Amino acid sequence: MEVRVVNVRKEFERFPALHDVSLDIKSGELIALLGPSGSGKTTLLRLIAGLERPTKGAIFFGEEDASQKSIQERNVGFVFQHYALFRHMTVADNIGFGLKVRHGAARPSSQEIRRRALELLDLVQLSGLEKRYPAQLSGGQRQRVALARAMAIEPKVLLLDEPFGALDAQVRRELRRWLREIHDRTGHTTVFVTHDQEEALELADRVVVMSQGRIEQVGTADDIYDTPNSPFVYSFIGESSSLPVKVENGEVWIADRPIGLEAPHAPPGEAVLYFRPHDVDLLDGCSGCIAGTVAASRRVAGTRRVELEIGGERQRVEIELPVDHPAAQKSRVAFRPRRWKLFPKA
Amino acid sequence: MTTAPAHAGWRFRQPSVIPGFGLTLGFSLAYLTLIILIPLSGLIWRSAALGWTDFWALATDRRTLKALEISFGTAFIAAAVNVVFGTLVAWVLVRYRFPGRRVVDAMVDLPFALPTAVAGIALTTLYAPTGWLGKLLMPLGLKVAYTPLGIIVALVFIGLPFVVRTVQPIMEELDKEVEEAAATLGASRFQIITRVLLPSLAPAIITGFSLAFARGVGEYGSVIFIAGNLPYKSEIAPLLIVIRLEEYNYPAATAIAAIMLALSFAMLLVINLVQTWSRKRYG
Repeated sequence: MEVRVVNVRKEFERFPALHDVSLDIKSGELIALLGPSGSGKTTLLRLIAGLERPTKGAIFFGEEDASQKSIQERNVGFVFQHYALFRHMTVADNIGFGLKVRHGAARPSSQEIRRRALELLDLVQLSGLEKRYPAQLSGGQRQRVALARAMAIEPKVLLLDEPFGALDAQVRRELRRWLREIHDRTGHTTVFVTHDQEEALELADRVVVMSQGRIEQVGTADDIYDTPNSPFVYSFIGESSSLPVKVENGEVWIADRPIGLEAPHAPPGEAVLYFRPHDVDLLDGCSGCIAGTVAASRRVAGTRRVELEIGGERQRVEIELPVDHPAAQKSRVAFRPRRWKLFPKA
Repeated sequence: MTTAPAHAGWRFRQPSVIPGFGLTLGFSLAYLTLIILIPLSGLIWRSAALGWTDFWALATDRRTLKALEISFGTAFIAAAVNVVFGTLVAWVLVRYRFPGRRVVDAMVDLPFALPTAVAGIALTTLYAPTGWLGKLLMPLGLKVAYTPLGIIVALVFIGLPFVVRTVQPIMEELDKEVEEAAATLGASRFQIITRVLLPSLAPAIITGFSLAFARGVGEYGSVIFIAGNLPYKSEIAPLLIVIRLEEYNYPAATAIAAIMLALSFAMLLVINLVQTWSRKRYG
């Protein structure tokens, strides 16, 4: 089911949580809402579910305006960070709940409900645990039950609110791969919220980066990582370094020296240069480069991260060097970013 | 996940790593013995001195049986009424924010603090055939004061805080997400209450019931004013004990007391077992 969010605004007691957000989600897509806390990502998810009502704007499921419908009528599967299982019911009863509360002809027979619950239990790889109570399961198992419960009602959309947030790193990676597999097999349109960029980039077909109640950028992992369209996305996704620069005659300058980067289309004046610490060329001499004194050097996994002080104002930037690179021993390092972007000074 | 055999039947639990197990257990047992066990065993001792035939004769006396029936019957009904309305009061206090909520919240505790005799006299004045409420109820054929119905009214008043105060904290801890989950799965508001909320409150409601019930069985002060105390009709067992004591008929008094003790203990034990069972299941 295709989902369209159209010009949605949400205020909580006059405090705006979302400003005029629009988003098209394609049928069968796995999409991630990524952002720091307070960015409005969970609010957007809850609006799609119907757990909140928009102050303005509408949400469409296919051609239908879902914003007029109650939560019960929307038929969405929602998975909560803290599982929200019914602790007085067995695993099988939890999964069958959504079918059991249906009325009249819509309610399957109890054998059918049971058969369906066992089938879903099998899908989430928990066969044999149908008689357990949630208290007798581990965190990862509980979240799988929660997912099976959400899928039991054949939802139009599957919504997951930080589904792996409460789990430890190992289980998280495992469930991430497993969720992708389930999605590929069942083909539900799925939206999940996360503040973990690794999770979003690895798992989702498209990532929606949010900040302060607005959507900053929507795109594939490659789009988001390689061509961030705002300073926020640049610094929020992956590692980044930034330097205040000046644009003159289509060239980028730091203080009184050009650094060998051409920017023919950038407007002249002050700007900020963004680049990735690992995406730099180290240079020997320095005619047209960025040069700085080594202020600190740290070993990070397979690389060495060097902090440089640039120019008279001692602006600090970080770059990454191979561990055995001779430059790491020197007191002065010169480099030029391989890939970079200019943003107007804020 | 630890799967230690924590509930392996009646086996004596190994002392834990926290020091002082022997001392604290010893203290607890000595304290319980002093405060509860010695007085109660004195009671058993006195009634045991009666001899079986005498005891049986006193226990099966029609007036005694009727008094016990009234005591336990009214306490049960009052506790049941309190479960319904106490849970409702707790719900309103937990879920809604309204002006004066704190005052209402404090009012719930009044029956705890008020001398029971005062409560009894106040209720009697209200429900007497000439009282404010009694006057209105008379034309409907409802006689409250001086009947078992009056006893129930008094016990409802006394028992209300027991239910509210046990259910309220558990209700506050209810996870809002569980309700939201049920709603997304298509459950109506009514289904959410009956299938999700009430079952998870059940252990607390049972506790509240047993406390209100136990209190009702033992209540004396408020009831004797409103009950009218007619033998075979509205005479409660605690009052009968006092009457026997005033007649210097100690054997009869201890016999009734022993029966009350046995019945109360049996019922509370059953309620406790039900609770342990539900706790074990729902974790």
